[in-house]
Amino acid sequence: MTTATDIEVIDLAVTSRRELNQRLHDAAKQGGPTYWRILNPKGAHALAVGIDGAFDIEIEGHTGYYTAGMNKLAHIRINGNAGVGVGENIMSGSIHITGNASQACAATGCGGLVVVDGDASSRCGISMKGVEIVVKGDVGHMSAFMAQSGVLVVCGDAGDSLGDSIYETHIYVRGTVEGLGADCVEKELKDFHRQELGRLLEAAGADAKVDEFKRYGSARRLYTFNIDNAGEY
Amino acid sequence: MSDDNGYEAPGTHWRPGLRESYTFDRNAIAEIRRAAAQGIYDIRGFGAKRKLPNFDDLLFLGASMSRYPLEGYRERCDTSVTLGTRFAKKPIELKIPITIAGMSFGALSGQAKEALGRGATMAGTSTTTGDGGMTEEERGHSEILVYQLLPSRYGMNPDDLRRADAIEVVVGQGAKPGGGGMLLGQKITDRVAEMRNLPKGIDQRSACRHPDWTGPDDLEIKIQELREITDWEKPIYIKIGASRPYYDTQLAVKAGADVIVLDGMQGGTAATQDVFIEHVGLPTLACIRQAVEALQELGMHREVQLIVSGGIRTGADVAKALALGADAVSIGVAAMIALGDNDPAYAAEYEKIGSAAGYYDDWHEGKDPAGISTQDPELSKRLDPELGGRRLNNYLRTMTLETQTLARAAGKSHVHNLEPEDLVALTIEAAAMARVPLAGTDWIPGHSRADF
Amino acid sequence: MCGIVGLFAKTPEVEANLGAMLAPMLHEMGDRGPDSAGVAFYRDAVPAGHTKLTLQHDDPDFDWSALRKGLKEAYGADKGVGRRGNHAVVVAHTDANAAQGWVEEHHPDVKIMSAGEAIEIYKETGRPEAFIETFDITSLYGTHALGHTRMATESKVTTAGSHPFSTGLDLCIVHNGSLSNHASLRRMLQREGIRFQTLNDTEVAAGYMMWRLREGATLNETLEGCLEDLDGFYTFLIGTRDGFAVLRDPIACKPAVLAETDEWVAMASEYRSIATLPGAEKARTWEPAPATIYSWEKEKV
Repeated sequence: MTTATDIEVIDLAVTSRRELNQRLHDAAKQGGPTYWRILNPKGAHALAVGIDGAFDIEIEGHTGYYTAGMNKLAHIRINGNAGVGVGENIMSGSIHITGNASQACAATGCGGLVVVDGDASSRCGISMKGVEIVVKGDVGHMSAFMAQSGVLVVCGDAGDSLGDSIYETHIYVRGTVEGLGADCVEKELKDFHRQELGRLLEAAGADAKVDEFKRYGSARRLYTFNIDNAGEY
Repeated sequence: MSDDNGYEAPGTHWRPGLRESYTFDRNAIAEIRRAAAQGIYDIRGFGAKRKLPNFDDLLFLGASMSRYPLEGYRERCDTSVTLGTRFAKKPIELKIPITIAGMSFGALSGQAKEALGRGATMAGTSTTTGDGGMTEEERGHSEILVYQLLPSRYGMNPDDLRRADAIEVVVGQGAKPGGGGMLLGQKITDRVAEMRNLPKGIDQRSACRHPDWTGPDDLEIKIQELREITDWEKPIYIKIGASRPYYDTQLAVKAGADVIVLDGMQGGTAATQDVFIEHVGLPTLACIRQAVEALQELGMHREVQLIVSGGIRTGADVAKALALGADAVSIGVAAMIALGDNDPAYAAEYEKIGSAAGYYDDWHEGKDPAGISTQDPELSKRLDPELGGRRLNNYLRTMTLETQTLARAAGKSHVHNLEPEDLVALTIEAAAMARVPLAGTDWIPGHSRADF
Repeated sequence: MCGIVGLFAKTPEVEANLGAMLAPMLHEMGDRGPDSAGVAFYRDAVPAGHTKLTLQHDDPDFDWSALRKGLKEAYGADKGVGRRGNHAVVVAHTDANAAQGWVEEHHPDVKIMSAGEAIEIYKETGRPEAFIETFDITSLYGTHALGHTRMATESKVTTAGSHPFSTGLDLCIVHNGSLSNHASLRRMLQREGIRFQTLNDTEVAAGYMMWRLREGATLNETLEGCLEDLDGFYTFLIGTRDGFAVLRDPIACKPAVLAETDEWVAMASEYRSIATLPGAEKARTWEPAPATIYSWEKEKV
């Protein structure tokens, strides 16, 4: 059981962001508390970035840009909205945003799980490289732009140019898609996909059923340059 | 030599009565014919090949009655440079003012990257990763390694960020300011594909903008993040393809750079459209004074260091770049040539792949007989990394000695004491671009930036 | 590149404290805009037929009283000169054309920052902390206000190059981003009789809006026109007599955050500006969608 003394509380009203990150980095290298609570973020940038350890971190409030950037192993929960690029280049571990996420959520993420209870803005999962993202609300335009691998699940609607120039990422959308990007097409939901989607919906605690979703992915027409596809470039 | 339709280029059989067109010269005609046959723009490596004002148009003024030279060897002429003094806890100390520019594993073979690391380390300078990430070979063999953060973020990860010696945010490069990386399917091997998280054998498309920031105001926040991840240890460079060097330099300073890298249009690339290489950017000569002036106006000259690249070939180029105010230069194409790119020993093989030794720039095809710009294991085996490293070190040492020779002749005990007043220009263009007088005159062709 | 803030009061308390609330918002945007700062406040509306002018002169000892006296002799003027920093507010008892014309004729070295019934624009080079102190921003009140911190991209750092730019009577704009076709637009607008003081791209956006409004377009039509005719990346915050409007370009790379409570509506480039406001924790926050006009006006609230 976790008691109050097991939790390291850092109040950003008195402690600097530099000290917060240094303490988290030092704890990863030398050992330290497992549970952390961060108070008064007030839109500060680069909080809990470059973490390299299996910590449990809760941030109480709205954060600025690049929260939990390049995260490894840690489980980070933001009780509020997250700014631009939350979880950018995440390697592993998880990030849970109870509010909304700004643009470039989980940009270039390589692994781990990112869950947004609210909406994610434009460019959600841009250039993603293996991260799994579940957005319970909507995502904005250019989401999964140049997405290479991993999974994007959208329980709400998707904005225009979804999956533009996509490689091998799997996209599942339950609501409407305003428009598909270059080389992104609707695809069949086979058993493998149903399993994958179901696993992620459960992991995210999303109130949605696999049957309600459509799958989107690469038509693979842009994999080799062909002059007849010049219009897509 | 004729093309596939038996057409022979102009100039091959001149006789009285035949006149080649200046506008539709042999290159223009060949390109039109190629486009008509293939229906796609020409993609190639290398930098701008067309004639451009360059450092050859500048000369040093040596010692005479009013200035006195330094004795070679005995009287010190320092070449060391420190990069990253503005914010980093661990600035970088280089023994020479010449670094190796960013070139990717993928564009270059593993052996080539290892050779660059070995050579640079012997010479006491740094190498730079490229659009593909950091390899074990390069980190292992390069004592000082700069890690690039590019729009694609191929291979980007925090562990490599932490074990880099500096971080270079790439806004653009001289060969294609505003373009993204490009690697064609024939060079996307298993290993490259895995590093970049791409399917094997496809043509890689690359973004031209960063995914999570646009503009210097948001770059400032991104740089803060990179510093926080690495506990403020590493110098942060910003690399820009020469476009608006005065404004770009000021904005890079305001975005929080420790070091600014400016790459002129002669700078090389592994692959991009020929039209991009030849028709976008600025000659390297034209961007240095503007950048230095921008730094001086902000009181940041020598505080934020300036590295200049794009067509640096000899110690003369190095010395002139430093005289114009740069802190160091960077070499890419030159380093490849030092390793053995375009080696005449492979003349027959270059002919077989439709090129010739000294002309070969189809680096995107991955068929390089010298084993440098290829992923083919049989070809890349030909490059001995140890020998390549020694050759690079020889070349770097030679350039450094040349720089010192010129600096001593101008009476300087440190290469950084070279200044614009040590130079004159041979052409009006060079005089205007470098802002030094036309030789034999007091005249510097004026410039006016609007007073707004 | 830059930082933008905006605050619209829904209660008398917020109106009374508008400057005190906007100042910390502006302060937070100093990192992304270290070169200059500026604000536009809408307050103390003058009667129809009168014109409030905000004027600026580089000389700190400029004789504003003499200017006001001259204006009074010509057309009549309110008593007193509202001085802040090297700016001064005078109210002329005549229409805007006459008032501005008089200043331009008799004091060509004085810059006209704004003209209208309610608007006052203050702007200067330097960091926001210094600006806030010099211009005593925390003492300002009003119905709504815009603020800006500037990182100059392709033009000089000058007072004239700072934002907000006034587009016409009681109209102003602040901008975060970079237009790519402003040189051509400037030439076209100059042919249409619009005059420019700088090479600043935002001044072109301001001039474009002034031109469209002059030619009879509504504010909405003008903003739609921006989407059509202006190329580049931008977040605009436009101040009007009765409120403000927010517009992002279709690609929407530059940031923008909106927040609303029962007491205020706020806009900023980054959430941390909004975080300084009382009640921010409970505010409804959202991001404006690309190519969509958002506007608030006093009557509607």
